[in-house]
Amino acid sequence: MGLTPAQPEVERSILLTTVDKMKRWAQKSSIWPATFGLACCAIEMMSVTNSRYDLARFGAEVFRASPRQADLMIVAGRVSQKMAPVLRTIWEQMPEPKWVISMGACASSGGVFDNYAIIQGVDHVVPVDVYVPGCPPTPEALLFGIIKLQEKITLGLPPKYLELAPEPGTKGAWR
Amino acid sequence: MNRNDPEILTRLETRFPATLAIVETVDQPTVAVAKESLIDLFRHLADLEGYTMCLDVCAVDWMPTNPRFELVYHLYHPGKFARLRVKSRVEEDGTMPSATAVWAGANWAEREAYDLFGIRFEGHPNLTRIYLPDEWEGHPLRKDYPLTGPRVD
Ligand code: SF4
Repeated sequence: MGLTPAQPEVERSILLTTVDKMKRWAQKSSIWPATFGLACCAIEMMSVTNSRYDLARFGAEVFRASPRQADLMIVAGRVSQKMAPVLRTIWEQMPEPKWVISMGACASSGGVFDNYAIIQGVDHVVPVDVYVPGCPPTPEALLFGIIKLQEKITLGLPPKYLELAPEPGTKGAWR
Repeated sequence: MNRNDPEILTRLETRFPATLAIVETVDQPTVAVAKESLIDLFRHLADLEGYTMCLDVCAVDWMPTNPRFELVYHLYHPGKFARLRVKSRVEEDGTMPSATAVWAGANWAEREAYDLFGIRFEGHPNLTRIYLPDEWEGHPLRKDYPLTGPRVD
């Protein structure tokens, strides 16, 4: 086939990529968080969607009330012993692949609440991908956490729960 | 502005001379009474004095003294905007008469005292845990409850 006059034009407007990369790009640009504010940290989580911080720039502003429509669970605040089974159920209801951000000192380690009522870190209950430190973390810090998660997705790294899954080749394992 | 009713103390003292003791406080009239005559006092306060609201029921653990627990009832007179505090003690294995017979609003406050201190209220319509999970063991606000509970880590 010879050159047609349209060929250079076509070459300029086509990008080549792999399906895998394309999928990851789409995934990282539309992380929908489940609403899971548990304490004071939730206030900062709410403000991150406001126009000042504008989480929508990263495609993650659509907070879902139903876990079945969410990819990301932002655990914002302290998790009590009574809330833990509820949190686990909601996490299990989220479709795969799913990610968890532990926001703040309390969700990550129990914070100052070293007592009988509070779970000492939400990673006792669900596998956590990104820990955001602070009490409370600033909205910028949460944004940074979400960007880190996007980097993780872009690189094609597995979500934490798949990393923890048993033997490769068996059910639920990564690859 | 202090809208409390200081004469309530003298009126109560003449009405219940044997059972009632006045407690010195800086903020509001306070009386202490034995738990046997608690309901009599409550009925008098609610029906005749007009203290128609029970704002809260608090508990204090005075371990190791005996009787161990002290219940503090906060009452309110909506007409006079006056508050009154009633204190009463109960042993660790004893039961307290339930104030729900006089003020239905004491229901949840007494469940809280039961949940966190293990104080049993006789005549309460539904004495179950209110905050903690139902299968929880122990009563966390007792002085001898370990701070971190049954957790080992
Ligand atoms: S980390 Fe600080 S701000 Fe966040 S839930 Fe705990 S106490 Fe509240």
